[in-house]
Amino acid sequence: MAFKSKEDATAYWAANVKLMLTLLVVWFVVSFGFGVILVDVLNQIQLGGYKLGFWFAQQGSIYTFVVLIFVYAKKMGQLDRKYGVDEK
Amino acid sequence: MDLQTLTYIVVGFTFALYIGIAIWARAGSTKDFYVAGGGVHPISNGMATAADWMSAASFISMAGMIAFMGYGGSVFLMGWTGGFVLLAMLLAPYLRKFGKFTVPEFIGDRYYSKAARIVAVVCLIIASVTYVIGQMKGIGVAFSRFLQVDYGTGLLVGMGIVFVYAVLGGMKGITYTQIAQYCVLIFAYTIPAIFISLNLTGNPIPQLGLGSTMAGTDTFLLDRLDQVVTELGFHEYTTQSRLSQLNMFVYTMSLMIGTAGLPHVIIRFFTVPKVADARTSAGWALVFIAILYTTAPAVAAMARMNFMNTIEPTKGNYMTYDERPNWFKNWETTGLLEFKDKNGDGKVQYSANAEVNEMVTVDRDIMVLANPEIARLPNWVIALVAAGGLAAALSTAAGLLLAISSAISHDLLKGVFMPDIDEKNELMASRVAMAGAIAVAGYLGFNPPDFAAGTVALAFGLAASSIFPALMMGIFNKRINKEGAIAGMVAGITVTLLYVFQHQGIMFVASTAFLGDLKPNWFFGIEPNAFGAIGAVVNFAVAFLVSRVTQEPPEHVQDMVESIRMPAGAGDAQAH
Repeated sequence: MAFKSKEDATAYWAANVKLMLTLLVVWFVVSFGFGVILVDVLNQIQLGGYKLGFWFAQQGSIYTFVVLIFVYAKKMGQLDRKYGVDEK
Repeated sequence: MDLQTLTYIVVGFTFALYIGIAIWARAGSTKDFYVAGGGVHPISNGMATAADWMSAASFISMAGMIAFMGYGGSVFLMGWTGGFVLLAMLLAPYLRKFGKFTVPEFIGDRYYSKAARIVAVVCLIIASVTYVIGQMKGIGVAFSRFLQVDYGTGLLVGMGIVFVYAVLGGMKGITYTQIAQYCVLIFAYTIPAIFISLNLTGNPIPQLGLGSTMAGTDTFLLDRLDQVVTELGFHEYTTQSRLSQLNMFVYTMSLMIGTAGLPHVIIRFFTVPKVADARTSAGWALVFIAILYTTAPAVAAMARMNFMNTIEPTKGNYMTYDERPNWFKNWETTGLLEFKDKNGDGKVQYSANAEVNEMVTVDRDIMVLANPEIARLPNWVIALVAAGGLAAALSTAAGLLLAISSAISHDLLKGVFMPDIDEKNELMASRVAMAGAIAVAGYLGFNPPDFAAGTVALAFGLAASSIFPALMMGIFNKRINKEGAIAGMVAGITVTLLYVFQHQGIMFVASTAFLGDLKPNWFFGIEPNAFGAIGAVVNFAVAFLVSRVTQEPPEHVQDMVESIRMPAGAGDAQAH
């Protein structure tokens, strides 16, 4: 029901924070990066009838958000089991 | 069958469904009342969260706002969905592990302070009450427009329905009605969108239709729309920014942080059985929300297109006023559309130039509400839109009312004033608090105070600048102590409210705005509604500094933080 050692607890938390930060970088890039800061540059590219920057701002960022949460849930599940702190 | 009868039948059927569910899902304990017994399946909770989150504003107003803001409307799309990523990774699993009933309860325990808990209760109540007024107005408006009953009667019927399932069932009743309400609202939103997309582009999927060519031509819909609006002097649809790039950035951030910090959304994650479920449930919630949020931009662009085509069927050739379609007449009677024949030629000139523009009022809400009529869809679709708007408003109102009533009965009454109250009496108190909250919300719906118009600024500003930082630091930084958290919350709220009030008036009474709502006075050109993120930064900074110079939190609090960081043992904690 708990961590085997103090080192395990530290390692588990560090792995969690690292995963979270990685995913938050993606979160930031697709919305604030592609949808706001770089929107004019990306709008030079067409995705079907969409300008690419516009597409990220109104469609692409939302799809990415959904994927990010499921990736997080899956990876955290693996991490929980690795350190034996998953809920039985 | 005429539209009126059909609407009564569809809306009546959905209401009967909600009441049936309420009778089936009565609450027998405080745990039922506050967290639906803690046994809600993650997918079910995701669906309930989606209905809880998507309000009258999402359903009725959002597509209309985007229709007229074009690319600038993206702040709402990204802001109101991106917050769920923060919620899933930064808050929901840990607060579920903490395993108690309310958001202020976590703040009170983590910062070992009744004062902190009370500050959190005050923020929660202000944010939730302003938010619920908007839902109450939505209910009244939907009734008066679709069922031709007056605003007050409509509001009373809406309050009556919420009363039945929220007082009787608490979170349990609310959860299962929200699932039903999600189904109603998502059908009501997507069916007209599918028809309209088919009409315009031949593609039945609105998300793809928006990127397709106009049916029978090889011009892309968005290119055509850009051309039509610029010809009349409006800004190009796909590049029309909302003020500056910095403003869009800060506004989006404020809405994201605010979304993650709204208590009525957070408490939904207390209802799932496990920490792992809280994570996946946030994902499901966003799936169900994304179905509407990725459809909305298509509805927006297509509605704008249909609207432009009606008024100006071919270039330079405006519609003759006497030949206007029926929907135009219907919405004129509500005052949401208004035409003034300035040059007396009997034609409807529409232009970005205010001097020659003859469409003097085009209310944004029309874009969703009149959409089925503009696209000449059958009557049952219009009836469905009425039921969907009501479902969106009712489900959000119920979630907010639960957050308010549990803060009163659990945090104030049991937590502060009557710690010895037994469970039976607390359950009774929570029902009374719920009934009281409904009465207050209804009263404010009848007599909307001046600050009702500033709902978004206030609710998101408070959630972003006070609740979100306090929760996040409580989980991720063991060193933040009582003094830091309280100082941070107070500083964050103060900065945000001062900024909003100085430009929009104290409590939104415009005459008291001492700096005026003038763009040159805005801090780096940031609009008041977007200021929550700045308040959050102030909160973080103050909390860090104050915590550094004061005593570190006691041992048992640091142990508590250790324990919420680890999923195992959530079941035990919950049955405390």
